[in-house]
Amino acid sequence: MEEFVTLTIDGQEVKAKKGTTILQAAAQVGIDIPTLCFLKDINEVGDCRMCIVEVEGRRGFATSCIQTVEEGMIVHTHTPNVLEARHVILDLIISNHAKDCLTCTRSGNCELQALATKFNVLNIEFEGERTQHKVDDLSPSIVRDFNKCILCRRCVAACKKVQKIGAIDCINRGFESCISTVGDHSLNDVNCTFCGQCIQACPTGALHEKEMIDDVWVKLKDEDSYVIVQTAPAVRVALGEEFGMEIGTNVTGKMVTALKRLGFDKVFDTNTGADFTIMEEANEFIERFTKGGVLPMITSCSPGWVKYIEMNYPELLPHLSTCKSPHQMFGALLKTYYAKKENIDPKNIYVVSVMPCIAKKFERQRNEMQNDGLYDVDAVITTRELSRMIKQANIDFTKLEDTQFDAPMGEATGAGAIFGTTGGVMEAALRTAQDTLTGEDLEKIDFNAVRGGEGIKKANVNIAGNDIKVVAASGLANAQKILEEIKKGTADYQFVEIMACPGGCIMGGGQPIKSSKIRSKVDVRKLRAEALYDIDEKSTIRKSHQNPVIKKVYKEFLEKPGSHIAHELLHTHYIEREKYRI
Amino acid sequence: MEEIKNTCNCGNECKDEELEKILQIYTQDKDNLIQILNEVQEHYGYIPKHAQMEISKYLNIPLAEIYGVITFYSRFTLKPKGKYHIAVCLGTACYVKGSSKIMDRLKERLNIEAGETTKDGKFSIEATRCVGACGLAPVFTVNGEVYGKATVQKLDKVLDELK
Amino acid sequence: MKTLEEIQKIRKEKKEELELRVNTKLDTRQKHILVCNGTGCTSSKSPEILENFKRIIKEKNIENVRVIKTGCFGLCAKGPIVIIRPEDTFYAMVKPEDCEEIIETHIIKGEKVKRLLCKDIDGSIVNSLDELNFYKKQKRIALKNCGLINPEDIDEYIAFDGYLALEKVLKEMSSDEVINIIKESGLRGRGGAGFPTGQKWELTKKTKGEVKYVVCNADEGDPGAFMDRSILEGDPHSVIEAMIIAGFAIGASKGYIYVRAEYPIAVKRFDIALKQARNYGILGKNIFNSGFDFDIEIRLGAGAFVCGEETALLESIEGRRGQPRVKPPYPAQSGLWGKPTLINNVETYANIAQIILKGADWYSSIGTKTSKGTKVFALGGNVNNIGLVEVPMGTTLREIVYDIGGGIPNNREFKAAQTGGPSGGCIPKEHLDTPIDYESLKEIGSMMGSGGLIVMDDTKCMVALAKFYLEFTVDESCGKCTPCRIGTKRMLEILQKICDGNGTEHDIYKLEKLAINIKNASICGLGQSAPNPILSTLKYFREEYRQHVLEKECKSLECKAMSKIEINPEKCKGCGLCQRNCPVNAIEGEAREIRVINQDKCIKCGTCLTSCPFKAIGN
Repeated sequence: MEEFVTLTIDGQEVKAKKGTTILQAAAQVGIDIPTLCFLKDINEVGDCRMCIVEVEGRRGFATSCIQTVEEGMIVHTHTPNVLEARHVILDLIISNHAKDCLTCTRSGNCELQALATKFNVLNIEFEGERTQHKVDDLSPSIVRDFNKCILCRRCVAACKKVQKIGAIDCINRGFESCISTVGDHSLNDVNCTFCGQCIQACPTGALHEKEMIDDVWVKLKDEDSYVIVQTAPAVRVALGEEFGMEIGTNVTGKMVTALKRLGFDKVFDTNTGADFTIMEEANEFIERFTKGGVLPMITSCSPGWVKYIEMNYPELLPHLSTCKSPHQMFGALLKTYYAKKENIDPKNIYVVSVMPCIAKKFERQRNEMQNDGLYDVDAVITTRELSRMIKQANIDFTKLEDTQFDAPMGEATGAGAIFGTTGGVMEAALRTAQDTLTGEDLEKIDFNAVRGGEGIKKANVNIAGNDIKVVAASGLANAQKILEEIKKGTADYQFVEIMACPGGCIMGGGQPIKSSKIRSKVDVRKLRAEALYDIDEKSTIRKSHQNPVIKKVYKEFLEKPGSHIAHELLHTHYIEREKYRI
Repeated sequence: MEEIKNTCNCGNECKDEELEKILQIYTQDKDNLIQILNEVQEHYGYIPKHAQMEISKYLNIPLAEIYGVITFYSRFTLKPKGKYHIAVCLGTACYVKGSSKIMDRLKERLNIEAGETTKDGKFSIEATRCVGACGLAPVFTVNGEVYGKATVQKLDKVLDELK
Repeated sequence: MKTLEEIQKIRKEKKEELELRVNTKLDTRQKHILVCNGTGCTSSKSPEILENFKRIIKEKNIENVRVIKTGCFGLCAKGPIVIIRPEDTFYAMVKPEDCEEIIETHIIKGEKVKRLLCKDIDGSIVNSLDELNFYKKQKRIALKNCGLINPEDIDEYIAFDGYLALEKVLKEMSSDEVINIIKESGLRGRGGAGFPTGQKWELTKKTKGEVKYVVCNADEGDPGAFMDRSILEGDPHSVIEAMIIAGFAIGASKGYIYVRAEYPIAVKRFDIALKQARNYGILGKNIFNSGFDFDIEIRLGAGAFVCGEETALLESIEGRRGQPRVKPPYPAQSGLWGKPTLINNVETYANIAQIILKGADWYSSIGTKTSKGTKVFALGGNVNNIGLVEVPMGTTLREIVYDIGGGIPNNREFKAAQTGGPSGGCIPKEHLDTPIDYESLKEIGSMMGSGGLIVMDDTKCMVALAKFYLEFTVDESCGKCTPCRIGTKRMLEILQKICDGNGTEHDIYKLEKLAINIKNASICGLGQSAPNPILSTLKYFREEYRQHVLEKECKSLECKAMSKIEINPEKCKGCGLCQRNCPVNAIEGEAREIRVINQDKCIKCGTCLTSCPFKAIGN
């Protein structure tokens, strides 16, 4: 039985579950206590001191994001003392902040800015020395600007606690404290996987993606370039948020229209790429399963995850599927099959991938990701970057009509769509694998056991009379657990899907950033995932191998899954990667 | 891929048996980090990079966290100390007796700040908190040897002798 | 391993053997030469003195004389200290080369070495420890064995009723009885805030949990306080005994002591003591056949003042940056690795065995209404008798500074005393007669802290003092919470501005506003008390701040930008002492002439000021 306590907050009686924090209890009755370092379930440490409140009979302030409610407690959230202290604290934080809001990517979506507005900070009373740091923009994915950091440590918690990477941590002491890497090296030279969860956690502009918008604009205006854009499944269920639409709104049609208006020569769907991935991956799995290859086989479409295993478990690399990720496969086909078919010099094709991911920016420029000296993909921009382009092009996104992806590479299946959420790749692969093994068109295509928000989902599936144990894991901390099981030899499963970001691509580092307040109230993952499953359900074709584009390309060009040419273009290899280059 | 090798100060690749001995004393529990760092600091006079890496592997703690711990505690240093390590006590008892003047003079003479080592590697300065010789305040130490009831003149004399 | 009976036997035999240590009238041919080997005396070569004595005695084949290494006697200013018992002769500032003479004259001829006898402030020769004013008003409970026993010999500890309290607890008492005695004694935590010790024990006992821990906080970070170090160096077993008792009381079988790595002697002696206690079966399984197990592990700190804060200390034991946790939950509820944990500091533990043996009534009869027992202070700064003193709670500052401390050197005036180090405040002249206890100190804007007591004479600038402490706090702030991380830095910047002669009245307002809010909003004791030096100096010496900002004047010499040292030609007798002492040759003038300070060269070090016998130099 759940126990409840009754307390009073700002004169309002609140009945709250025992163990609830004062902050949560206040939110129950519509009292919005300001926070900065607080990030639900991830960083609950009470460092910033914004959430202080007064509790009658208690000496000093209480930290409302940590301290729990007690029977009869009387809480005041805005006494003159609290207000003054909060003001001083905010003043102090801003006194050591870069304050260049006009030129900051997070302007308008910055939690510090929002508080400064809320408290009407008009001048800084306690100006003084500021800690000075050089900006780290050496990595292809993440830019760190410590001059905007407020030391809330949400990024550290995301990296160390959630992802169990620990690429960044708090270094030095006192006023000199800062968030950095070992030896203050670039993220490019340490064990960072570029998952970008730190960016998602950052309340200010101290962490953001390395932008590629300018390159794309230039190519769009260049008449010799044939600029093709492809969009990942997760983008369409999040992009709308950047235009004030509800979380989990599917804006596929508007997005396609916007991309056409931006001037892309062709707008294709990475979901189609995902269908190719399924063809190759399902085939690879069947090969391994029936011919005694290395099992369990692990998916390879999450580049942060790939970098992780390369750095941390190189001895387990044979378990990794050799399939490239969907947008890389698609890029490779665009510059070969499609170029030939449309009679375009592949050198002039410029492929832009719109991704929910910042590790894709790293993946794109891996040496292995080229063919005939041409990169499969030329630019990766995030969901956020795309929204900026749309805004810069003066497009009123919410008013756009829906249009379809371009032919002939625009057709995709529901299987491709669910790639964007944890368990989706697995489910899509199982759909194709069971048909391949049985040679039938089976009705049972929903694999609910691998759906859902848990970090690790294990399931037994029966495919064509074979009992197969599968696992879908998301978040690198969970990936680590799986790898340890494989290493120890206790893994009794044959097929594993791993996504670097908790919840999968829909929660990727390149997705719209939700403030701590929103993350406290709403299950963002669930809403975005539901939108993807909805797309799947409404799709006429829900199995990759039934996609007519797939059938056509295999027939005309790739021959069959796992063929020589498929290996040339759609598969890759991995390297043992140095964790630290310092 | 270049493999990360143990490298000691000499620049040659060599296995650091001393470090292994230190690690062997401790279990692989994470709470041993500070104890191990203390031993390494004692042994090398600083915490070399290769030691950080080995400790990181041994205790399964990310390097950034180890670096965070090293830079948190003032006893740990990332650079070797000078041949003569001079520590001036800036504890209250010594402060009241004028130890900041000793420190100022020392910095002036050696032309380095506290926490730094001279270019020739001969001298390094540290500001310490109470070496426990309050009865002799103000004090400074050279390689651990205490010079009590210090004055600027006494410091000058000591420095002249060491130079 | 020793049985309880064997330990009792050691106690009896050793007691007789060591009676000469405590009975000055004892008729015996035995002599014990006690050589202080505390850190202070060690710094001035007392280990060499110890070796010399041993060597000479061996060479000369002298019988009936033993040389004993002891902990600190307290009067560090007179170190190295050698005491010969039973006659209790006190030799001060002994040099290694003096050993020969002491043996030859004192031991062989039976005459005292007059030139080495300790002199009191008034110049009178002190024949025995008891005669010294320094010791007269002291009452030694926590420091009972310091300087009396060899800390590296468990038998000597046992001889003076060591581990008798443990025996009593394990054989005769229940854990509730132990807690009740501690509660009734009125003992409060000696580490700073003065939380009632018995209550802490009770809380930890009552918290449910299979595994609990006992922790000893020996991270004495307060610069200028060294009582904990002295206890560990001089009487480590008293802490071990208390930790075992605490373990029994709360139901823990594992203890940790967190010691600064900067205290190598203390660490070494404590480690020796642990080994000896284990050898005797006093630590380990089934202690005294009672079925109770307990052991202790040493954890070294690595130089972070904030680790004296209990939750930061726990973080550090767990191997992380010493960043405090938000309280509640308190360590008694969720401490080391989330388990209920009892943390007390060294001095608190050092009282425990005495309370068990002599009773709560005895202990609570000492001290004031709210603060019972004694408190050890590290007396330092501008005071003659620098050292460790233990006085009953309620002793006045005047008694400590003047009667025990022997007043202020060079006959200068008392300006203020700082208690509690960087967390404490300044106590001005008008409070010299306030009886010192937890409440009274708090009331006058300071705090007990760990017991640093720094005396300042009238040459000290209170703004510069506040700045000194803020430099310390800024340096030692862990950086976790905003008010402390940025706020202390801003306070220091304002103080620097004022000391540089650029301050305005508005700066004083800002300073006060920051101070109050940092005090209120910081996470831990360090941040909450960091503004104390500012608030207390503002309270008592606001005029001095105003002089700095309004008249751009620092009456003392510390704010160099504003001060100018001059020689009063009317008072100067031309002796030239100042000229000879000036480190930068800034004083000009021929022999027997009135001297002049060349302001371009002067670095305002103040050496001339203190060297002038005619008080002709001032600012």
